Amino acid sequence: MSLADDLYRETILDHYHNPRNRGEIEDASAKVEGVNPLCGDELTLYIQLDGDTVKDVKITAKGCSINTASGSMMSEAVVGQSIADVKKTVDAFKSMMMSKSGDVSLPEEMEELEALQGVRKYPVRIKCALLPWNTLLEGIITAQEEQKVKEVK
Amino acid sequence: MFDIKAVRKDFPVLDRQVNGKKLVYLDSAATSQKPLSVIKSLTDYYENYNANIHRGIHTLSEEATEAFEVTREKLRQFIDAAEVHEIIFTKNATEAINLVAQTYGRQNVLPGDEIVITPMEHHSNFVPWQQLALEREAKLVFLPLTEEGEIDLVAAEKLITKKTRIVAVTQMSNVLGTINPINELAKLAHNVGAVILVDGAQGVPHLQTSVRELDCDFLAFSMHKLLGPTGVGVLWGRESLLNAMPPYMTGGDMINSVSREKTTWNELPWKFEAGTPNIADVIASAAAIDYLNALGMDAVRAHEIELVEYAIKGLKGLGDAQIYGPHDATKRGGVISFNFKDVHPHDVGQILNDAGIAIRAGHHCCQPLMRDLKVMGTARASFYIYNTKEEVDILLEALKEADKVLGHVACR
Repeated sequence: MSLADDLYRETILDHYHNPRNRGEIEDASAKVEGVNPLCGDELTLYIQLDGDTVKDVKITAKGCSINTASGSMMSEAVVGQSIADVKKTVDAFKSMMMSKSGDVSLPEEMEELEALQGVRKYPVRIKCALLPWNTLLEGIITAQEEQKVKEVK
Repeated sequence: MFDIKAVRKDFPVLDRQVNGKKLVYLDSAATSQKPLSVIKSLTDYYENYNANIHRGIHTLSEEATEAFEVTREKLRQFIDAAEVHEIIFTKNATEAINLVAQTYGRQNVLPGDEIVITPMEHHSNFVPWQQLALEREAKLVFLPLTEEGEIDLVAAEKLITKKTRIVAVTQMSNVLGTINPINELAKLAHNVGAVILVDGAQGVPHLQTSVRELDCDFLAFSMHKLLGPTGVGVLWGRESLLNAMPPYMTGGDMINSVSREKTTWNELPWKFEAGTPNIADVIASAAAIDYLNALGMDAVRAHEIELVEYAIKGLKGLGDAQIYGPHDATKRGGVISFNFKDVHPHDVGQILNDAGIAIRAGHHCCQPLMRDLKVMGTARASFYIYNTKEEVDILLEALKEADKVLGHVACR
């Protein structure tokens, strides 16, 4: 198996060619932009909260295969989760991507994300994979702030 | 023409393997590889005459000072400057441009004035002028480009006006490869009393350059793209302009006399060289210039035209490659930017790296140009004296492989 085969696994290419949850949410709780100035990845993330639950996530992106696939897989993993669980998922994913001690096993419901472990061998690409996840965290904070503002009103 | 096999032997790094494949280095526009003579010059300095320069009366200091100043004279000849003290050492081309923006620019650009640049400038010849314009409430004017990425001279004639103080333009684009008509732009600038700064970072390493023939007022470039070490930039400026400019940085070496109340400045070039400079790398830069002189800049250029012609033909043969900039190899330098349909250039770069091929992928420090081209980035192969047609063939084969891995993806 060549290095590229390890990076461009079937799961990743599938999400790259057919990204899930692509698009916009008209009345989103928050809309945030994520940019990777080094390589030019750009994405806009829309998040819809329902109380403490992430009801919907949509992404429009101009990015590389890793960035696009990671965003697609992220959206599938977090929709329907509570904010507390989303944060746990993000933490688990990030620890896997930053792991220095070989492959990490994720909980069963996150297994698909393990396909992105191959990216670890390419340190400059890790930030491509992390961009959607960091943008999601920013989206949650922004959405929660918006909610607070509405409550005060 | 020169013996390419002999040239390649002078560059030790070309022997190495990457991912089990022979290195194919196609990223010289980012930084060139270094010949053994440059590497040896560095160790020779540190092993035999490491000392500070322009001070002390001991033998080592005298030897170091002399070697340092030899580079300055070689550079004067290399760019055909009138005076050796018009050559100023900086840490890179970016610092050389900032030096002019912060001294000449601040002194001469007033509210309502205009600074003229092009959309193909590298951030280093873009951001300093944008910031100066903001600071001085001046206007940043862009010369439009033609479809093939060349400066529209008819439009330039209208846009360079009595309000123009500075025209700042690259000699050769690091993305499009376009070689710009500096001489014509210099005439337009001088007709309205403006000065012209040329960013020679890409041009000087590849094109025979005479500041007198270009008739420019400032030229900035860096040695690391020209076979030399990193950490050495060069600013050339007309003596009369440099003399009228205030210092950029103050401190040791750049002074004439210092009292408690005031300081007088040293003469050129030292007025602009505060503090201990990058002695070793400046000295080793002389070996880089010697190397290019021995090949002859005409031969360097002829070699690149041949490679670029061959590569463009090959890329077009792949079918759906979009090639940016002029397609005529004589109108462009040794860089080729391209994209495949909607495959992200980073993915192309990654797969090429598996084949041992080093290219650049991304926005090339030209984000405004990327926006104009409506792309997120490009893949870029760039050539220098040590590259061969066989390496272009390896590139083309690897691109076919990349296409297989990623497939065609619809625009999103």
